[in-house]
Amino acid sequence: MSDTHILHDSAAGGLAAADDSRFIVREPHHPENGTLLGFWIYLMSDCLIFACLFAVYGVQGRAYAGGPTGADLFDLPLVAVNTAMLLLSSITYGFAMLESQRGRLRGTQAWLVVTGLFGLAFLGLELYEFHHLIEHGAGPWRSAFLSSFFALVGTHGLHVAFGIVWLVTLLFQLGRHGLIPANRRRLMCLSMFWHFLDVVWIGVFSFVYLMGVLP
Amino acid sequence: MSHDHTTSGHDALHAGQEGHAPSTLRGYLTGFVLSVILTAIPFWLVMDGVLADSGATALTILLIGAAQMVVHMVYFLHMSPRSEGGWTLLALIFTLIIVAIALAGSLWVMYHLNINMMPGHLHDMSSM
Repeated sequence: MSDTHILHDSAAGGLAAADDSRFIVREPHHPENGTLLGFWIYLMSDCLIFACLFAVYGVQGRAYAGGPTGADLFDLPLVAVNTAMLLLSSITYGFAMLESQRGRLRGTQAWLVVTGLFGLAFLGLELYEFHHLIEHGAGPWRSAFLSSFFALVGTHGLHVAFGIVWLVTLLFQLGRHGLIPANRRRLMCLSMFWHFLDVVWIGVFSFVYLMGVLP
Repeated sequence: MSHDHTTSGHDALHAGQEGHAPSTLRGYLTGFVLSVILTAIPFWLVMDGVLADSGATALTILLIGAAQMVVHMVYFLHMSPRSEGGWTLLALIFTLIIVAIALAGSLWVMYHLNINMMPGHLHDMSSM
């Protein structure tokens, strides 16, 4: 739009075209797939939220207020199973992407369903853990350690929950419209979201659970 | 000058197409196997109490965690310096700098605040 305006001006004014050409932007204004870059920048801002929560946990992680410690509370085999669920859901999402690249709608949907089930298993285990903690009086009100723990792990779980809502929505969209370009773009965005949550979980199980039970 | 602009624009367009090169089964499986190994090691270290020193264990966990994050970024999120003409990598580097400042700054400041606000120190300050 602005390019043509400049061109018209120079043509009408009869100025030397060689001078004006310096000011004409020749590169495309909108890069291909601007959505993916925009979504990436959203993920980076999400990364800052998690960084703040990690910083809070890093500061308060040992402030037990005479209450239970991480070593008392954390059930590492359960966390290991949880981690496995999220890892498996990552690879099955990868399989869904591969199927969509081959243009196979049924395969894409099937792997998305598997991914969603692993995600639900993850959420179920996490809710079981939260319920178990609260039942034993180790709720977020008990100490600064538990407040920051519930804030960090809960925020991650909330992201997974919304990821599953998105995944189910995408399944319906795929069922209705098939592998149209818009749905492929949505698949790419959800892929980034899902794998990003997995990256955050690496930080959670390393920094919160594993380092939390160390003396 | 104008020549530079056109070439960089062309490169960006070209890289944009390359950046979304089809992902491969081989890539996903490599990433999965690596991340399973990198997950198993820290769990094994902590659950079996392999290292006697907890500081060394913590450091190892953090390093392996960082390595696993890189594996996920490369094999699952398909990060490469070429995707979107380098803008995704630039956004990532910017974010990592902010994250490093927020994390290191908070831990550093609050740690010293904790030490200096101990009741003993407070007493010293009031007597001064």
